[in-house]
Order: sequence, then structure tokens, then C-alpha cells
Amino acid sequence: MKRNASRTLVLACLALCFFSNCPNRQSPVQRGIRDQILHVGNFSEPEDLDPHIVTGNVEFNIVMALVEGLVGQDPKDLSPVPGAAERWEISPDTMTYTFFLRPSGRWSNGDALTAHDFIYSFKRILTARLASEYAYMLYCMKNAEAYHRGEIADFSLVGVSAPDRFTLRISLARPTAYFLSLLQHVSWYPVHPPTIEKFKAFDTRGTRWTQPPNFVGNGPFVLKRWNVNTVVVVEKNPFYWDASSVRLNAIHFYPIESNQTEERAFRSGQIHLTYGVPLTKLDWYRTNRPELLHITPYLATYFYYVNVTRAPLNDRRVRAALAMTIDREALVKNVLKADQAPAYCYTPPNTAGYTCTSAVAYDLEKARALLSEAGYPEGKGFPAVELLYNTSETHHTIAQAVQEMWNKNLNISVSLVNQEWKVYLATTHALDYDIARGGWIADYVDPNTFLNMWVTGGGNNRTGYANPVYDSLIARADNCPGRQRRLGFFQQAEAILLNDLPIIPVFFYTNQSLIHPAVKGWYPTLLNQHPYKNLYLESDG
Amino acid sequence: MLKFVVRRLTLESIPTLLFVATLTFFLIRLAPGGPFSAEKNVPPDVLKRLEAHYGLDKPLLVQYRDYLLNALRGDLGPSFKYPNRTVNELIAVSFPVSLELGIYALAMALAVGIAIGLLASARKNSAADYLSMSAAMMGICVPSFVLGPLLVLVFGIWLGWVGVSGWATPSDRILPAITLSAMYVAYIARLTRGGMLEILSQDFIRTARAKGAGGMRVVFVHALRGGLAPVVSFAGPAMAGVITGSFVVETIFQIPGLGRFFVTAAFNRDYTMIMGTVLFYATLIILFNTAVDILHVWLDPRLRN
Repeated sequence: MKRNASRTLVLACLALCFFSNCPNRQSPVQRGIRDQILHVGNFSEPEDLDPHIVTGNVEFNIVMALVEGLVGQDPKDLSPVPGAAERWEISPDTMTYTFFLRPSGRWSNGDALTAHDFIYSFKRILTARLASEYAYMLYCMKNAEAYHRGEIADFSLVGVSAPDRFTLRISLARPTAYFLSLLQHVSWYPVHPPTIEKFKAFDTRGTRWTQPPNFVGNGPFVLKRWNVNTVVVVEKNPFYWDASSVRLNAIHFYPIESNQTEERAFRSGQIHLTYGVPLTKLDWYRTNRPELLHITPYLATYFYYVNVTRAPLNDRRVRAALAMTIDREALVKNVLKADQAPAYCYTPPNTAGYTCTSAVAYDLEKARALLSEAGYPEGKGFPAVELLYNTSETHHTIAQAVQEMWNKNLNISVSLVNQEWKVYLATTHALDYDIARGGWIADYVDPNTFLNMWVTGGGNNRTGYANPVYDSLIARADNCPGRQRRLGFFQQAEAILLNDLPIIPVFFYTNQSLIHPAVKGWYPTLLNQHPYKNLYLESDG
Repeated sequence: MLKFVVRRLTLESIPTLLFVATLTFFLIRLAPGGPFSAEKNVPPDVLKRLEAHYGLDKPLLVQYRDYLLNALRGDLGPSFKYPNRTVNELIAVSFPVSLELGIYALAMALAVGIAIGLLASARKNSAADYLSMSAAMMGICVPSFVLGPLLVLVFGIWLGWVGVSGWATPSDRILPAITLSAMYVAYIARLTRGGMLEILSQDFIRTARAKGAGGMRVVFVHALRGGLAPVVSFAGPAMAGVITGSFVVETIFQIPGLGRFFVTAAFNRDYTMIMGTVLFYATLIILFNTAVDILHVWLDPRLRN
């Protein structure tokens, strides 16, 4: 009997050890600090890792570790620093850039990285059959747009050439003040020609070249493992030109879609860095663990599209009245609570040195007067207007608050309409709405990424707005080599935008992350990008 | 018996699958928004190329015919959302995870549910009956998105006994299986109780008792087989349910199962993935239901003729 009891006890202990985590076993975070392995929450399963195909931040976050463009990013402010090119020269008219590649530059299989690889890559993304959604990012290069649209068939006419193996010359179609920042975008990243050819991926999407062990990159890390909906593992690339300064041995990216689950994973020591923070947990971290919570400005604006083709919103005075009666301060303080900044203009402040000098006022008296002038004194006779947003608790709460503000301040009734994401997209694209939620995240650090979208017929201008003066100012800024003059054109254009109000800016986004104190070399940046080669793990005590 | 199985799997299943495929194919095309629409506008010429790449530029009936012919060959096509993966590959990778989770959850639900049900039926209208049925009712009432995080908080974070998310270690299986099984425990307990009470009131049980059979023998030898018939009926759809309906649990615990694809494919308008998962699950449900019918025949001798 006694023997049986002890056997049962031993079996129970073994079962417990098998099924449970031993209490004294180190967590992934602790082991990561010891072995220089960073565990990162990365929101969702990456759609692909082909730099010429991907379109989302989730994918960018991983591709940035695997591939490097001509210029890199300063970890503190993302300003251009030498990357695959060790230096560059700009012609006096700023129309030609000459990049000098590192002779020591290597692909992760040991092949030399040459200027011809870049030409091959640019040709690939501009090949229409590949159907790259970001091919337009290369349109500032001479004849790139014509080649992509099939207007010219000879790629040698496109403004890129290689005077020698390690020199790349790019001629621009127009002076592009933000060209070096633009080069940091993944669409300009190189792909390894022999790998692309091997998988017949030059003009075909969806081949296996992006899966391990096929992926060949030139970045600080190489792709080791990609388990669907589980983890993407990248390890240090010994062939990387600056491998000696890369301190992390590996990064594990976890596709954790629920920010509640992610926060629990952080708390239990599974990840060092989260993609977001649940709104309900912000106050707790602020009070109890402020050293873990990082809220930083993000180059993105939350706004409402206004359909200017529909009455009564085709009247500028009505749009102005609506814009002037949103109490943005109260909204960010009481509803959003994550240190967002109220948006009285569209471009976030200090975007590459540009801060809009015009503003939408919060002026209830003037708003009521404008509404009255438009024929709706004290809101009387104001027709039924709908405010559309895609399904989300946050959008719903914001819309409710704005609805209440308009009702209280203008005595008008706006009904809320909630649509599932793809339905919402179809509705806004078809201009079948009155007012709709919108958000815009910058592709690069320059006001052009925000203001260019409102030109007449622009693909993202889903408001019906058209103003030739605005269009000409954006075009002049586009062609202007002088920095101050260029910013001046943007100031004038944004002043017009804020006067015409085809959009109502609401707030500027922030990024919220939980970061383990051992993560070093992480700095807040406007695009929430953090060059991995500069990150490392070190325990404080 | 063989004739019955063959008839079920051919004459009845194939038209059902064809109906499901046809309905799904045309319904998803009616939903507004397409697989490539995004917040940032996709240039029209790029969109055309994308549609041509996936054959979406062909007439709908041609697309339907092509899809069915490919599906017959076992090719469910490429995923629109994950271009470097095929639907077959995604199902092959993620279904075993959902199946494993489902098996654990259902096994746990059956073991606990039947035990509670037997206890309640044996002590009818006693405190034990009321208590166990109330506990079972709690399992139905507490949704998995409440129970899951609560279990994680206690056993994962405070006590640190088990993993809180992922599917890497054996300990990662415990909390998701408990969470997913909770609702089924409750149903099975109530079905067992009901079935047992009905059987225990029948004449042959009285005869068995009269012949001197003890309480345990009556329950386990004479009554259990018949008393579990409702549970068996429930187990087929329940098995399909625990596998397909694990979206919430998979999200809470970050489990790489098929349940998430089943739901997100619809949101993403990933046409091939929607078709693939729907057809796959429809096949599974048909198979489970057939298995249940066979089991019924085995359990109830009257059905054999």
C-alpha cells in the first residue's frame, strides 16, 4: 500500500513537471536577456515578406530586419544614415544622386551586393505584371512612372544606371526634397537576383522565395523560421557589413492580434516589447509601472472625411461649423486617454521641420453663425446626416462623443452608421456616405505624404474635393528644390485645405508600447520604426 | 450497415457539399468590398493586374467552374491574403492544432460532464444534484472570453504554473482546453442527467433491481449505455463545434489553429480561404454526423434492423 502511494506521488510529480512550467525555470524574457534574443509582439501574421509586395507595418517590421536599402535610419530620429551605400553625392540641381556601395556589402549567402542588384530590383517592382501596390513610390525616378504604366518598354530609359559595380546613379523626374527618406521605404529595398530567378519570382507574386531557408537578404538578420500564426524567427546575419556592431543574436516576432493577450504575454515574461497596450490597462501602468509604459507621438492623423458632393455638406459653411464644434481637448482627455494631441490641422506638427501655421478654431459662436448663414439657424431644418465608421469600439466611442458635441453645440442630429471594414472601404471608395472616419499613417517623414493625397482625383481623396489652386500649390512644392520655399507652398496648401475642409482633423495618434527595461537602444520615432541593429538587451541589476 | 455508410457518404454528402460550395461561392461575391481593397487606395491598373493574377477578371460562372474542378483535384487555390501560401497548406498547418485542442476539450468535457451528470441523476433532487447542475449552468453562462483570461490570470500570471499564450509546450494546452470545454461540460452533464433519469425509470431497470443488482451495477451495466444516447447525439456536432468554434479561445490564448482562419478569411474577403475552410468544415461535420449515426446503431440494438 505504502509502495503504491509513493509510486503515485512520483508519477504525480512527473506529470506536474511535464504539464506545468517549473517555477524556477527562466521565462523567455529572462533567457532572451541572457542570450540576446528579443521577443516582440508584432500584431498579426505577416502576409508575405517580399519587400516589393508587402504593404503593412507588420510586414515592414520584419522585412527591415532582413533587408537593407541604400540608406539606413538613425535610431533616434530616422534621419538617413549610410546603409548599403557607404556614402552618396547629390548634384547641384538635386536631380541626380550617386550612391557608392560598400565593396564589403554581401547578401546573406555570401554573394557580393552590387549596383546591378539594385537596378534589377527597381526594374522588378516597376514591372506591371508584378502588380506591386507601392510601385508608385519610385515614380520620382526619371521615367519610372512611364515604364510602370507601359508607356515605354525600354528600362534603360529609366533614371537608374551603374557606372561601375559599386556605384549607382539615380536621376530624378523632379526635385524630391525627401528622396533620401523615401529610400528608407521597403519598396526601394533590393532583392537577390539569383534567388528571384530561381523561384521565377521576377514578375510573379506568391512564390516560395520568401520562405526559409530560401530567403536571401542583405540586412542585419536572416530568416530562420516562419511558423504560421506562431512566430517568425530571424537570426544574426554573419555576412552583414556591420555584423560586429549587431548585438542581438535573434529576434522572435509573435503575431498576437489581441492586445489583451499580448499584455498578458508581456506580464508573464514571454515578450520584451508589445505592439500596443489595451486602453483599459493604460491607467494601471501609468500609476503602478510607469517605467514600462511608453507613449510616443506617431506620424498619423485621425480625421473625418466629408463628402463635399452631397447637400448640406457641399456648403463650406456647414463643414466649417461641424469642424469648429468638436471639443478635441475633451475628446483626447476623456475618451482616448493615451496622450493623443488634438488636431487643429491635418499634418502632424514638426513633420520634417514642417508645422502648419493655420488651424481650425474651436469657436462655438462662429460655428452657430456659419450654420445660420447656411440656412440652418439654431440647427432648424438641418437634413439627416450620417456619420460612418468601421466596426471598432474606439471609433464608436469617438463617433458618439462627436455626435453629442454636434447635437449640443449646433442642435443638429447626426446618426451613427457602423460597417464592417471591407464594407466601409467599399462605401467610402464609392463616395456613398456623408461623413466617414478616416486615418492616415505617413509612409515617410515629409508633409508631402499627408498633403499630396487631397489633389483632384487623388486615389485616397475619397471626398469629391477638387481645388485647382490647391493642386497647383502641391505641384509647385513637388517641383521646388528649395527647402523653405517648398515648405511655404505646403503652408499655403494646408491653409486652403483647412479653409475648404473636405476633411475634419480630430487628433494625432500616439504609439503605445510596453517595453521591458532590459531593452536598450530603443528610441521613440515618428514612424514607430526602430532599427534592430541598434537594439540590445541588458539587465539593469 | 455498409450500405448505410456508403449511401450517407455518396448520395447524401456529395449533393450537400456541392450545395454548400455553390451557396458560399456566390454569397461571398455578393458581400461588398474585395480581397484587395485597403485603407490606402490600390491604383486601378494594379488592381486589374491583381484580379487577373487570381482569375477574378473572368466571368463569375467560369470562376465557379474552375474552382470546383480544382477543388475536385484537391487544389483549394492560393490564399489571397497570404500570397506565398496555398489554402491547402494553411489548412494542413493549422487544422491539426484545432483538432488537438478540440480532442482535449471534448475529452475533458465528456469525462467531467458525464461524471457530474451521473452524480446528479444518482442523487436526484438532492443538494449534490442542485449544486452540480448549478455549477454546470455556470459553465454555459460564463463566456470563454471571461473564463479564459480569468484562468490565465490565476494559473498563468499569479501562480505561474502554466503558459499564458502560444502552443509550444504541453502546459500551453491546459488552460485553452479547460476554457473550451467549460460550455460543453455543462451541456453534457445536463444531457447525461436527463438521459439517465429516463432510463432509470424504465421497467428493465426495475427488473434488474428486483433480481438483486446493486446500485453501481444498475447504473454502469444496465442504464449507462442507454442513458448516454443523448450525449452521443450531441458529441458529433459538439466535436465539429469545438474545432470550428474555437476562434475566441484561439485568439485569447494565441493558438495557431484553423478557427481563426475560418473567421478572419471572411473579414479579409480571402475568397479561396473562405471556400476552403467552409468546404473542409462541411466535410468534417458530415463525417462526424455519420460517425454518430453509426455509434447510435451500435448503442441501440433496436436500430440495427
